[in-house]
Amino acid sequence: MQQDAIPISSILSLLTGDGGNFLGIILLSLQVTITAVTCAGLVGLPLGAGLALVRFPGRTVIIVLVNTMMGFPPVVAGLAIFLLLSRSGPLGDLGLLFTPKAMMIAQFVLVLPIIVALTRQTIEDLWTEYQDHMTSLGAGRLRSIPTLLWDARFSLVTTLLAGLGRASAEVGAILIVGGNIAGFTRTMTTSIALETSKGDLPLAMALGVVLMSLTLIINSLAFGISRVGARFSGKS
Amino acid sequence: MRDTTSMLPLIVRDLRLEMDGRILLDVPLARIQNRQRNVILGPNGAGKSLFLKTCHGLIPPTSGRIEYTLPVSTAEVRRKQAMVFQKPVMLRRSVRANFTHALAMAGVGWYERRRIADETMAQFGLSGLADSPARVLSGGEQQRLAIARAASLGPDLLFLDEPTSSLDPTASRQIEDMLDVLHERGVTLVLTTHDLGLARRFADVIFFFHNGRLIEESDAERFFTQPETEEAKAFLEHRLFW
Repeated sequence: MQQDAIPISSILSLLTGDGGNFLGIILLSLQVTITAVTCAGLVGLPLGAGLALVRFPGRTVIIVLVNTMMGFPPVVAGLAIFLLLSRSGPLGDLGLLFTPKAMMIAQFVLVLPIIVALTRQTIEDLWTEYQDHMTSLGAGRLRSIPTLLWDARFSLVTTLLAGLGRASAEVGAILIVGGNIAGFTRTMTTSIALETSKGDLPLAMALGVVLMSLTLIINSLAFGISRVGARFSGKS
Repeated sequence: MRDTTSMLPLIVRDLRLEMDGRILLDVPLARIQNRQRNVILGPNGAGKSLFLKTCHGLIPPTSGRIEYTLPVSTAEVRRKQAMVFQKPVMLRRSVRANFTHALAMAGVGWYERRRIADETMAQFGLSGLADSPARVLSGGEQQRLAIARAASLGPDLLFLDEPTSSLDPTASRQIEDMLDVLHERGVTLVLTTHDLGLARRFADVIFFFHNGRLIEESDAERFFTQPETEEAKAFLEHRLFW
């Protein structure tokens, strides 16, 4: 009983302000994750749709590669980006290593394959339904991409949520490229990793609860919005 | 009768469609005359839908030619014809947006799209549904939307695959009325159907398919009173044959 009470009081004391930059950690986490997923969506949705519709040699190989990349180990992705961004790496001059931008890049790289792969599947399925109609209207595969992306919008919300899930839960890559610098690149997940290894389990658990609550809220909102929208425009 | 501005009649010559060595479609000669109501009859699997899709350009034939009277570009041929599919494709949008989308794809400008959409919906009694999501409409309403949507593109030639299948008599009647309107407007209609009643009431010309072959093309009245082939006779008498 005593044990159970600790995280709750920790959360309360954290939220009421004497936890220092706790709010900063949450905001940075949200900023990194949402930026990464937004960029990955902007790139990944058209890319996935293109991969679904455009026929070119090597397409199957790329599909298999993208599907494989969905399970890309974050620490390996982190290491690769670390090498790219490190002072002696090819992009070292940009000075991005150990900055929030580096973390966004890492999460972008991890989320992009998920969005591309799921979008490709969704759009390919929708295309089998729309193909005759679009061809009859004189719209080729490329010209059909905007139509298909718009008409698949409610399924694609789930795709973006899957990307968001991966990004918000991720710790390995951003720990490597961000460096977990207090007040600068420390996010909820990296804090949890740090506090756990320091032995401050109540704080780690409190952070975990906050992270999960935020994820729940974001998912509920997105799900609710897409459900209302789907009902409004007919069965998806 | 002959309209010198029309790309019709359409003449199909030696059309063959093969898949894995099987002949799916074999049409030595067929003429789709301008402003006629052409009805394609035949048992299931006779190649009726394939014939429509091939004429419409959705399926490239293995061999043979589809000729128009006027020398027209492929893009122009596309613009002057439209097709309504057996299972109407309803975009996940409002009824009005289904019209404006099709018109946008046909290259119609922003304001013109809305005007044509509203006009067409008013003509075919769909105005009340303009803002409803297309996919919650009933089967009959969806079919009417699909036909009106195709009609809004202003085609000379309209293909319809089983436009009244799986509809109740009232809805079928409404579809038939729409087809009459289009016919009066001078649209050449080519449709497949299983509904012999519809064929009798509606057709000017009958194309009878059997096992992928066009075996009879004749004036509707003659087809129903004195069919030339045994197969057609058996089909009209509802005797099953294969």
